[in-house]
Amino acid sequence: MTQLLAGAERTFDCRDAFVDTLVALAREDERIVGVVNDSVGSSKLDAFRTAFPDRLVNVGIAEQDMVGMAAGLAASGRIPFVSGAACFLTARAMEQIKVDAAYSGNNIKLCGMSPGVAYGELGPTHHSIEDVAWMRAIDRMVVLVPADPAETAAAIRWAAGYDGPVFVRVSRMPVPAVHGPDLVLEPGRATVLREGDDVTLIANGTVVWRTLAAAELLAADGISARVLSMTSVSPLDTDAVVRAARETAGIVTVEEAVPRGGLGGAVAETVVRSHPVPMRMLGIDGFAPTGSAAYLLDHFQMSPEGIVRQAREVLGR
Amino acid sequence: MGSLLSHAHLSLEATTRLPAGSPRAEVVAHLAETARQIRLQDLALVHFAGAGHIGGDFSAIDVLTVLYGAVLDVAPDRVEDPERDRFILSKGHVAGSYYVTLAAFGFLPVEQLATFLKPLSSLNGHPKRRSVPGIEASTGPLGHGLPIGVGHALAARLDGSERQVFVLTGDGEMQEGSNWEAMMTASHYRLDNLTVVVDRNGLQQGASTEASMDLAPLGDKARAFGFAVSEVDGHDHGALLDLLGSPERPEGRPRFVIAHTHKGHPISFMSDQVAWHHKVPDADQYATARDELLALTPGGPA
Repeated sequence: MTQLLAGAERTFDCRDAFVDTLVALAREDERIVGVVNDSVGSSKLDAFRTAFPDRLVNVGIAEQDMVGMAAGLAASGRIPFVSGAACFLTARAMEQIKVDAAYSGNNIKLCGMSPGVAYGELGPTHHSIEDVAWMRAIDRMVVLVPADPAETAAAIRWAAGYDGPVFVRVSRMPVPAVHGPDLVLEPGRATVLREGDDVTLIANGTVVWRTLAAAELLAADGISARVLSMTSVSPLDTDAVVRAARETAGIVTVEEAVPRGGLGGAVAETVVRSHPVPMRMLGIDGFAPTGSAAYLLDHFQMSPEGIVRQAREVLGR
Repeated sequence: MGSLLSHAHLSLEATTRLPAGSPRAEVVAHLAETARQIRLQDLALVHFAGAGHIGGDFSAIDVLTVLYGAVLDVAPDRVEDPERDRFILSKGHVAGSYYVTLAAFGFLPVEQLATFLKPLSSLNGHPKRRSVPGIEASTGPLGHGLPIGVGHALAARLDGSERQVFVLTGDGEMQEGSNWEAMMTASHYRLDNLTVVVDRNGLQQGASTEASMDLAPLGDKARAFGFAVSEVDGHDHGALLDLLGSPERPEGRPRFVIAHTHKGHPISFMSDQVAWHHKVPDADQYATARDELLALTPGGPA
């Protein structure tokens, strides 16, 4: 596996930040309920169930019912946090997400657990690489892809206070912290993790720290890379993207998802409209072969060295 | 052809439900006459707008009328009251009859019916949540209403509220697996504040339900899923009133009401004819159907 980011001493499972934050919010706001498809364990929601046994609704393995029912709960004044493996939550309940959550304007939070290739060797049936593109295509859906525990906690806190449908990815893949603990998330606003003026690397989710590591490698070679954590894919911080296009020679996007329609597609749409520059889009660009999650990220060129190669291609040096 | 619907085609007069404690016979007569007026208006809507689902409209109108006219604890001036009953129209393609019913009971101005299906109208071909005050859910794709209703029923339970939830589904719609997922949930959580009414007209878009995908024995299936099942003539206002309006609830069990209906009821050439799923009556058919509705004894059974 790729070496951890310099200075990072340990890694985190973002589901812990997810459940800690949700339990704390639920203590303050009794409207919050958890809704799961048998996914208490895989969502790490045991602590929520222990604290609020009546407010954890398990519908069994039934995703259409899970999201439709959550719409009813929301329409009757509750704030449902619907939590299930991202692959099943999004693909199986797509129409309920479109109609019952977004079109109907219901206040539903969809928490896609272990997205991307987090399930590694379990294979493409359990990978959720299309979810970002699907959710981004749905009008009114806020799409958040946190990079670490602080971004995850901030995303959940923000979602609880926002009246409308939100999709948040919550990964089990171990990641180092890239932020301090008390981050405030503002959808539509990217976080500049590193300043630079030769090339811009725009990443989100579990590959942000790999992108930072790539920037360190580039710096060692005298190339100054700006790094943005684009937690919010929809709405997108188009100002930050346009600045990157104007102020640096090109852009590389990095994401644990299909780039077409995802972060890569979103950034490219803005770049093409505003200030065309060379781009490369890294992501899980097809059904993955067998391998661990970390192996697959490297396989799809999202090792620091792989990201460096793309940046050099953009720069032509 | 564009819609020719105009204010000239509005015949409906808004009514109110009779006061609580009114003699049953008077209530039933009022419901029958209201249903007749709703049918007359809906017929004009579909004919002059040039689109709609009149077959399903006419099979559902008596259930809709009884629910809004005598059963649901809802009113136009308290559509946001958290303690109101919830009604979810799952068979969203009968939006026309739903809008006319809502207009009949004062939830939207009758004049607004003239915008049915017109550009930018809030009266879309399928109902949207809150597009008209009182519409609780956006429906049209089938199999959505029951899970939503289960969520409302569960919310009522969490709130410690006695409010009731009613869901009207089509019968062909029961082929959607999401309904059976939701029925397992309703039964598991013992949601006796939930009533599902199935508009059992036996026909879906292209053929009979039995020829398309057999539903029988529907009642046994619902019973096996833990529901208290009853069957009723879905055009008999008195029977619907007695069943749906009863405060009795089987302890811990949601109710499943199979309302036996006829698509296109009671129009002679429409009734039980699959072709009338979304056929639009031409001028002659409109005149004939209108005459048949006008000939019904006012206040008598539809």
